[in-house]
Amino acid sequence: MREIMVRAMYCEMLGYDASFTYIHAIKLAQQGGLLEKRVGYLAVSLFLNEGHELLLLLVNTVLKDLQSTNLIEACMALTVVAQVFPKDMIPAVLPLVEDKLSHPKEIIRRKAVLALYKFYLIAPNQVQHIHAKFRKALCDKDPGVMTSSLHIYLQLIRSPDSYKDMTGSFVTILKQVVGGKLPLDFNYHSVPAPWLQIQLLRILSLLGKEDQSTSELMYEVLDESLRRAEMNHNITYAILYECVKAVYTIHPKAELLEKAARCIGNFVLSPKINLKYLGLKALTYVVQHDAKLALQHQMTIIECLDHSDFTIKRETLELLFRITNAQNVTVIVEKMLDFLRICNDEHTIIHLVGKVADYVPIKTLTFAPDNSWFIQTMNDVFSIGGDLLQQDVPNNFLRLLAEGSESKEEDDQLRLYAVDSYLTVLKGHTSHLPQCFLQVMSWVLGEYAHLQESVDQREVIRLLTQLLDQRSVSSETRVWILSALTKISEGQTDLILDLAESLSSSQDTVLRQQAQELRHLSQDSHKTSSKPLCKNVDSSLSFLDGFVSEALAAGAAPYKPPHQRQEELCEDRALNLEPYGFSLPVSLSSCSITDRQSPTLLSVSSGLSGNSTELSQKAGSSTLILEGVKRVWGKDGYLPQKEATAPPVDEPSAAVQPPSQQEAAERIEPRPDPSTQNQDKQQLASSLFVGLGVGSSMSLLGKSEAPPLRFRKKPRPHESSSSSSGTSERSSDSSSRSSRNTTDSFLYSSLLEEEPAASISAFDHTPKSTTANGLAQNKDTKEDRRANTSQILGGDMVIVRPSTIQDKHPPSVSSDLTALLPADLKDLPHSDVISLTSDPSLSLSSCRLFRDEALLPLVVTTEEYGKLWLSLSHDVKQNLKLLTDAGDPLRTTLNALKDALQLHVVDIIGSEGIVACRLLSGAPCLLHCRVNGTALAMWLRSPHPALPDCILYHCQRALAHH
Amino acid sequence: MIKAILIFNNHGKPRLSKFYEHYTEDTEQQIIRETFHLVSKRDENICNFLEGGLLIGGSDNKLIYRHYATLYFVFCVDSSESELGILDLIQVFVETLDKCFENVCELDLIFHVDKVHNILAEMVMGGMVLETNMSEIITQVEAQVLFSSDSVSAVKSIILWNIKYLLNPD
Repeated sequence: MREIMVRAMYCEMLGYDASFTYIHAIKLAQQGGLLEKRVGYLAVSLFLNEGHELLLLLVNTVLKDLQSTNLIEACMALTVVAQVFPKDMIPAVLPLVEDKLSHPKEIIRRKAVLALYKFYLIAPNQVQHIHAKFRKALCDKDPGVMTSSLHIYLQLIRSPDSYKDMTGSFVTILKQVVGGKLPLDFNYHSVPAPWLQIQLLRILSLLGKEDQSTSELMYEVLDESLRRAEMNHNITYAILYECVKAVYTIHPKAELLEKAARCIGNFVLSPKINLKYLGLKALTYVVQHDAKLALQHQMTIIECLDHSDFTIKRETLELLFRITNAQNVTVIVEKMLDFLRICNDEHTIIHLVGKVADYVPIKTLTFAPDNSWFIQTMNDVFSIGGDLLQQDVPNNFLRLLAEGSESKEEDDQLRLYAVDSYLTVLKGHTSHLPQCFLQVMSWVLGEYAHLQESVDQREVIRLLTQLLDQRSVSSETRVWILSALTKISEGQTDLILDLAESLSSSQDTVLRQQAQELRHLSQDSHKTSSKPLCKNVDSSLSFLDGFVSEALAAGAAPYKPPHQRQEELCEDRALNLEPYGFSLPVSLSSCSITDRQSPTLLSVSSGLSGNSTELSQKAGSSTLILEGVKRVWGKDGYLPQKEATAPPVDEPSAAVQPPSQQEAAERIEPRPDPSTQNQDKQQLASSLFVGLGVGSSMSLLGKSEAPPLRFRKKPRPHESSSSSSGTSERSSDSSSRSSRNTTDSFLYSSLLEEEPAASISAFDHTPKSTTANGLAQNKDTKEDRRANTSQILGGDMVIVRPSTIQDKHPPSVSSDLTALLPADLKDLPHSDVISLTSDPSLSLSSCRLFRDEALLPLVVTTEEYGKLWLSLSHDVKQNLKLLTDAGDPLRTTLNALKDALQLHVVDIIGSEGIVACRLLSGAPCLLHCRVNGTALAMWLRSPHPALPDCILYHCQRALAHH
Repeated sequence: MIKAILIFNNHGKPRLSKFYEHYTEDTEQQIIRETFHLVSKRDENICNFLEGGLLIGGSDNKLIYRHYATLYFVFCVDSSESELGILDLIQVFVETLDKCFENVCELDLIFHVDKVHNILAEMVMGGMVLETNMSEIITQVEAQVLFSSDSVSAVKSIILWNIKYLLNPD
C-alpha cells in the first residue's frame, strides 16, 4: 500500500488524476505503522486541500497523534495540521497544539509555533488568547523556536502600535545574533543565522517606521549589522539589503543613511546580476526619500535599461517610473511603450500598461506637456495594451475628455484633436485594432465629431459603418459604434435608414433593437435633440448651495480640494513616504474612487439601450451628466471647482507657452533629425532650469543624508557660482555623451535635469517648481528655513536658448533673456544674467531669482499669546538641548534662539518661557518652552502645518551651533 | 510566505511539486508548465529572479530559481520573503539533498519522492521557513529514516515502474 501511495503521489505530480487513492491515503495515516503513517500523512498533505471533505476523517487521527508520546508522530501531525487544516477544524486541535508550546523537545515547540502562526493567518480571532505564549516562544532558550516565533511577530507588527515596547528585546536579540552569540551550528557560510537576521531587520524597520524614539533604539545595532556584513557572500548581501531598507524606513539618521547609500552604490555597481537587481530595487525604494541617489547611478541605470535581462529592464522602468516628473515624462513614457512593444508576457503588459495609462493623464494634468502628446500616447496605450487593459482605463480616459475643465475652448481643442487623430486611425487599417480602442474611438466620434467642422459628418458615418461591417469587431463594440452613429445621425436620414435596415436582421438582439430605435429616431428627427438637452442640466448642483452653506454655518469644515489636503498632509509628515512626486498619489486615489463608478455608468450607455427605447440615444450624454454630478460631490463634500481631476484641458495652457518652464539645459543637444525635433526645440526655447544646478552639484554621497523634509542643511551663499559651474559641467558632459548615443543621452540628460527639480518638489514647494503648475496658493513656508539664515531665497534660473531660436530672433541681449522668465517670476528681483556657455549651437545663461520669506518677531502680550495659542491647530512637541553654560539655562537658551532666529521672547515665568514669531506672509508660530531636567521641552503651535517642524529644526540647529 | 516549490528538469518534466496554497489540479499543471516556460528561456548569466507570473497570484509574487545541471529548483514566494535569502535557502535545500542521498542526481528525486518531500517538510512548513540549519534538518530526517528500515523494497518496485517511464517519457 505504501509503495502504491508513493506512486500515486508521483502520478498526481505529473498531472494524472489519482483521486481514487485519497481515501486510502487517509486510511494509511489512520491505521498504518509509523512508516505507513508517514507516507499517509505526506500523501494527505499533497492530495487534499483545505476545503476537501475527506479531511473530516482525518481529525481524529490527528488528535490521537498529537497526544502521542512518539515524537515523530507528533511532528507529523503538526506538519499536516499546518498544511491543510481549514478554519472550522482549528478549534478541535487548538488546545493540543497550544500544549505543545511547552513541550520539552524544541522541534515540537518549533512546529507548534508555526502551526499556530498558520492558524493566526487563517483565523486571527481564534488564537488571540495565546499572544502571551508567543512572547514566551520569543524568549525560548532554543534559537530555532525563537526564529519561528518571529514569523508571527513579523505578521503582528504590521500594525505596530501595541508592540513598540518589544523593540528593545528585538534589538537585543539582533545584537546577540550579530555579535555571534548563537551556537556555531547556526552559522551559514560563517554568517551567524542570516535568515534570522533578515527577519529581525524587517521587524525593526516596521517598528521604527515614522517613530523617532523607537528608531533611536536601533541605530546602534543597524550600524553594527552594516559593519559586520562585509563579507563577499550572497547571504551577507541579503542582510545588507534588508539593513539598507530598514535604515531608509525608520526615522532617518544621517550617518546611517550615508552608509546605506554607499551600500546601494555597491549593489548597483556590482557585476553580479542578482545584486544589481537588488540594487535597483533598493534604489526604487530609496528615490522616494532621496532622489539624488538615482542621479549618482544614472549611467548604470541607463545601462540597465538596455540590459538583456527582462527582469532588470522591468525593474529599471519601475525606478524610472518613480522619478518621473514634468521634464522627463515624455521620455520615460516613451521608454515604457518601447518596452511594452517588445514584451510578450501578458501579465507584465497588463501591469505596465495600467501604470502608463494611470499615469499619463495625471502627468498631463500635473506637468502638461501638450495635447497631441497626450492623445497620441493614449492611442499607443490602447493599441498596445489592447483588450488586456482593465476596463477603467478607457473609462477614465473618456471621463477626462467628457468632463473637461472650466475653459470650454481648451476642452474643445483637446476633443478636436482626439477626433482628428481617430479619424486618421480609422482611415488606415482597422482590423488589428483592439476592441477597447475601437470602443473609445466610436464614443469620442459620436460625442465630438460635430466639433470638427472641416470633416463631413457623412464621412464619419461612413467610417463607422465600415467598422460595423468588419468581422473582427465584437458585438459589444458594434453596440458602441451604433450608439455613436445614433448620436451623429441627425440629418443624415438616408444613410442611417440603410444601415438600420441592414442591421435589423442581425442575430444580436441588442443590436437589432438599437437599429430599430435608430430607424425610428431618424424618421422623427426632433427627438434626437440630445445635445441641447444636456446643457439644461444644472451640473454645478447650484440647487444644493443652500444646503452647503447651512452645513458650513452649522460648523462643517469647508471643502478643500484634494490636492490642497494632500499638500497639508505632505507638509505635516516628517518623512515623505509617498512615491516620488507628492501630488501623484492623491490624484491617483481620487481618480480611482470616482472611477469605480464610471465603468458601470459607461456600460449603462450601451446596456440601457437594450431595454429602453427613448433613453438609449441619450445614454451617452446622460452618462456625461451623471459623471459631472459625481464630480461635484467629492468624497468629502461639495467641490466648488473641478480641481481634483483637473482635466487635460490644462495642457493647452502649457502648450501655448511651450517653455513648459522647466525643461532642462541638457535636453538641447544636437539631434539627428532637426525637422522632427524642431518643435521640441522650440518648446525648449526659453526653458528654465530651476535651482537645480545646486542640487546636483552637491549630490555627493555626503549630502545624500539630508532627510527629505529637512532639506539643505547649509545656507549657500555661493549658490549661484556653484550652480552655474555645475550646470555647465553637466551640459558639456551630456553633450559629449550625446554624440555617442542619442537616446541614451537624452534620457541621461532628462535624468539629470529631473533630479533636482524632483528634489525640490519632494522637499519643499519652492516657488520655482510650482510656477509651472500654477499652484500659487502654495505657501512656501518652508522657505523660511533658508530665509532666516541667508535672508534670501536663492533660486537659480538657467535660461537656455538653442541656436535655432537665436536664428529667428535678433541676437539676444541679457535683458531679452529675462523676458523669457515665466510671467509670475518676472516681477521678482533677479540678479544679472550670466552667460554660461557661448557655444554656437547653444547659449546658456543663468540668473538668480529672489523671493523673500523671512521669520519676523511677533510682538504680543502674554494674554494675546494665550488666546492665540488656543486658536492654533498644528502643534509639535520635542525635547531640545538646554544650554547650560551660563547662569539661567532657560534664559540663555531662549536668548540664543532669539538671536539666531529672530524670535520674540514674550515672557519667562519660572521654568517656562513663551516665544512668538511669524512669517513674512503672516502665519504666526508660538513656542512654549519648559525646562525639563537637562532638556528643554519645546511645544510649538502654528496655523500652518509645516511651520512648527521647520522652526523646530532651526532651533535645533541654532542650539547645536551655539 | 512561500507559495510553491517546484523542481523540474531541463525538459520541463516535473520532479517535485509542492503547493502551499490551494490550486486545482489543472492550474497546478499549468503553473508548472508556465514556470518552466519562463525559466527555461533565461540565460545562465542573468539574474535568478522573475517577477509576476500571471498564474501564481499576480504582481506581488516572484519566482526565484536556481539551475543545477539538469534540474531547475523554483521557489515561488511573495514579497515578504527576502530574495537572496530564498536563493540561499535553495542552496541549503540542495546541499541537504546532496548529503542525504550522497551525491544527489535527478534519479534520486524520482525514486525517493517521499524522502525528498520529507526533507522539504523539515525545511518549510505550511509556506514558512522552519529550519535553515543543515545539520538540524539532517538529524530530523535521519531520525525518521531509522524507522523505515524496509524502505528498500519500496524503492525497488518503483524503480521498475520508473525505468519504464524514463525510457518513454512522453
